[in-house]
Amino acid sequence: MQDFTAAFAHAVTLVASGDRELLQIVLLSLRVSLSAVALACLIGMPLGAALAVLRFPGRRALALVLNASMGLPPVVVGLLLYMAFSRAGPLSALGLLYTPTAMIVAQTVLVTPIVAALSRSAIAGLMDEFDETLRALRASRGQRIATLLWEARPALLTAALAGMGRAFAEVGAVMIVGGNIDHVTRVMTTAIALETSRGELALALALGLVLVCLSLALNAAALGLRPRAYGVAYAR
Amino acid sequence: MIRPLLALALLAAPAAVPAEAERLLIQSTTSTQNSGLYDEILPAFEAATGLDAQVVAVGTGQALKNAQNCDGDVLLTHARTAEEAFVAAGYGTERRDVMYNDFVLVGPAADPAGIAGADSAAAALAAIARARAPFASRGDDSGTHKAERALWRAASLEPADGSGRWYLETGSGMGATLNLAAARGAYALTDRATWLSFANRDGMAVLFEGDPALFNQYGLIPVSPDHCPGTNLAGAEALRDWLLSEEGRAAIASVTRDGTQLFFPNEAPN
Repeated sequence: MQDFTAAFAHAVTLVASGDRELLQIVLLSLRVSLSAVALACLIGMPLGAALAVLRFPGRRALALVLNASMGLPPVVVGLLLYMAFSRAGPLSALGLLYTPTAMIVAQTVLVTPIVAALSRSAIAGLMDEFDETLRALRASRGQRIATLLWEARPALLTAALAGMGRAFAEVGAVMIVGGNIDHVTRVMTTAIALETSRGELALALALGLVLVCLSLALNAAALGLRPRAYGVAYAR
Repeated sequence: MIRPLLALALLAAPAAVPAEAERLLIQSTTSTQNSGLYDEILPAFEAATGLDAQVVAVGTGQALKNAQNCDGDVLLTHARTAEEAFVAAGYGTERRDVMYNDFVLVGPAADPAGIAGADSAAAALAAIARARAPFASRGDDSGTHKAERALWRAASLEPADGSGRWYLETGSGMGATLNLAAARGAYALTDRATWLSFANRDGMAVLFEGDPALFNQYGLIPVSPDHCPGTNLAGAEALRDWLLSEEGRAAIASVTRDGTQLFFPNEAPN
């Protein structure tokens, strides 16, 4: 019980004191996860839209694989990328192992299926509403995809936020490809894992509280971007 | 929506530019990191050599594997037999003793299996097995796990027979294993440094110590440039020489918890 009280006190002190180490860890977490989500949106949203709009053989199978990939275990992704980036691996020349870039790649792999699958389902829903009109206007395929992406933006924001939740929360992949190196690849979740293994449960929980608050703030900021008129109609 | 995200990502980008100093990547066992040893001695090493020492702390088994894959310049681990095999296989140049401490058997302070008065570590483990008292094992091929298995062999016992009942293999680090032992009232074998720096002891105590079989030697191996052409051999040797120097040995000896020294530097060979 006293651990909980101590954790809150710790969290407040850590934030109030502007602890430099904490700031560095938070900034790296933001840099890694936001970069990964941005990349995942660039790849996943057009991919999801294409899957919803285009008709080609294997489309359903691809959608199924995408949906299943939302549950990719982070440690497996981390392990595969470790084996690829290792100096004994096929991508060793990139020199990415134990760098923030490797962590961004790992989280992009984890987040892209989430963004793509949620985008596909949102846009498939809009298709019923808009596609006949778009066809009647003789819009090209590219134009149809672009229009649907634009109209679906509240749902796409939700997809991006779901992806961000995944990126922010995962520890397994960044631990393996980043190595949790102090001042280099240590992020919030790996710092929490380290403090837990030191038995510093209150400090670990305090870091967890900071992470949750950060996540809340990002979500609030993202919701602030949402156009009000759409907020209600497509909030889910 | 993508644009603000990108803008945020770019804003955060300059946050952690890696230092320009030459990097020395250390593949290490966890006890040296969890006990805070590196935090206390590496700044002095970096100041003395200008190297940027980066530590990846994993179990000894994984550290050896990572170094074999050339994903590290130097190894600091504690499993002599495996380390000598690593050098014999040509993955490392040579192995040096750098420091030591000892393993201790910890458990619930009430000591339900009565190991406190045992004659030897093997006898203590036999008492635990006889009582079927819960025992939390690393189960991860780490240096501590290898030491624990050697003790079971010395006791002519196969604890795996009790796996999942009283013998609990956590498959995770020393800290996680101690957290589990604290929660389940289980015994565990731990290196003394991790134990002394471990904050969540929660009713646990050191119950058996002092058997020479519990000696815990840490060794350093530079990764061989013949096996890994890109390795930072000069940096690895600088770390070895510094750890064995007057300054390095004094730094190791100065790290204490609750007034107890965590690691004891080995004598420098002539």
